[in-house]
Amino acid sequence: MDKVYRLLQIIFFAAIVRPIILIVLGLRIDGRENLPKSGPAVLIANHNSHLDTLVLMSIYPLRKLHRMRPVSAADYFLRTPLKRWFSTNIIRVIPMIRPSKTKPKSGRENPFEPIFEAIGDGDIVIFFPEGSRGAPEQLTAFHNGIARIAQHHPDVPIVPIFMHGLGKALPKGDFVLVPFFCDIIIGEALTGVGRDRQEFMSAIEEEIAKLTHGRYFASWD
Amino acid sequence: MALAPIWLGMAGLWVLLGVAGVAVFVLARANPEKDYTELASRTRTWVWIILALTSVMAMGDKAAIIFIGFISFLAFKEYLTLVPNRAADRRVFFWAYIAIPIQFWWVYAGYYGFFTIFIPVYVFTFIAFRLLLTGRTDGFIRAAGTLQWGLILTVYNLSHLGFLFVLPLSQSTQAGGAGLFFYVVFLTQFNDVAQYIWGKLFGRHKIIPLVSPGKTWEGFLGGLVTTVALSIVLAGLFTPFDVYFAAASGALIGVLGFVGDITVSAIKRDLGVKDSGRFLPGHGGILDRLDSLTFTAPLFFHFVRYFYG
Repeated sequence: MDKVYRLLQIIFFAAIVRPIILIVLGLRIDGRENLPKSGPAVLIANHNSHLDTLVLMSIYPLRKLHRMRPVSAADYFLRTPLKRWFSTNIIRVIPMIRPSKTKPKSGRENPFEPIFEAIGDGDIVIFFPEGSRGAPEQLTAFHNGIARIAQHHPDVPIVPIFMHGLGKALPKGDFVLVPFFCDIIIGEALTGVGRDRQEFMSAIEEEIAKLTHGRYFASWD
Repeated sequence: MALAPIWLGMAGLWVLLGVAGVAVFVLARANPEKDYTELASRTRTWVWIILALTSVMAMGDKAAIIFIGFISFLAFKEYLTLVPNRAADRRVFFWAYIAIPIQFWWVYAGYYGFFTIFIPVYVFTFIAFRLLLTGRTDGFIRAAGTLQWGLILTVYNLSHLGFLFVLPLSQSTQAGGAGLFFYVVFLTQFNDVAQYIWGKLFGRHKIIPLVSPGKTWEGFLGGLVTTVALSIVLAGLFTPFDVYFAAASGALIGVLGFVGDITVSAIKRDLGVKDSGRFLPGHGGILDRLDSLTFTAPLFFHFVRYFYG
């Protein structure tokens, strides 16, 4: 990563993102010890807000920031030149071409290829298996893309994370930030070793259910 | 030169904290089979709280008002995170947050008229109006009530602590507004601890078992008497009170501290949670610590203003 961009990224997170996330919002993190110190690793989480990516990037120290690679939908983030510049250079997204959003073309590159590459480079990949943000504070079914990653890199730790509150603070389609304390619950890492796709998906579902079990989240309807 | 009263008070806090720290350490050493992690983390959190208070006191009255405003923001945010809400009211919550800096601006400027009516009259009216714009009538009274109640508890009531700094008094004291602030905050927290200790030692008769099963008449009355005694001792240093008014203010703090405490307990019981949040390790949430103060602050303020304002 270019030194200038790395500096800009650190400034952006230290001066803007972290003060907003830690002071205006406020995180309550559980299971921090389950977070891999370094890559390669994949963090998977439920997705309710643009803040999700920024929060997951903020729970790592600034010096690790340049190794964090959030996977984002190419059709959304690469739409305008400004968004494209910002998401490529400051957030450093891995743009993913969502199969459902484009017509299949023959001979196209595997959409997961850039993710495999980042994992191969030892980066920490952030991946939202729901595919898109969805309705605030509602968990939708995980797509099995994450199982494809686990099959391709069976020994890479895949860390399930459940987040609550960010969809209240900044839901899809809204631009007004409303402060709420947000819960970030980090589960134990899973790997693809000895599991086929189906088994892997149910292992993840089980783990996410465990993370929310017995916890109080205020209703939001 | 003698130490200003407020610094004598802060020094006293650090001594108390030191004693508590040593006591926890000795207890943990003497009973290795028992788990003292919660008590230790509670004491550690007290270090941070007292450190914050000391720094704010060093920066002066205006800094103290801003600090109380920030605490108010944290308390309101915790409240809003805790209670059930309608997603449609998100924008209304945004405006409710905006009320916090405005309320503390009245405090900062010493504008008593708006300070007392802004939230009960203007914010009340605005919230009702803004809630109507969402177009949702199911759960309307719940939404309006929950929001207004939270604003009164965490913003309006706590802002009275700030106004102590700018309230003109008929008899000036060396400690000034900071002295009154210290007096009510310290006695309220002290009363919590005293009621707890008396209850642990002699508690037999439950006072309100359905809301707070741990509270007993022995704890309540023992704490009350201890708080009244201490309020008389400290009054000369921090307040313009004579001995009778000091005792009355101590009684006020003892009784209302208890009511505030069990009110927040009732909210938690209603929602089925043990703590209001986790902002203060070992204590729980901000509201778990400020519960008594949300009730003692406004009533102590009006006591001072009526008799000495």
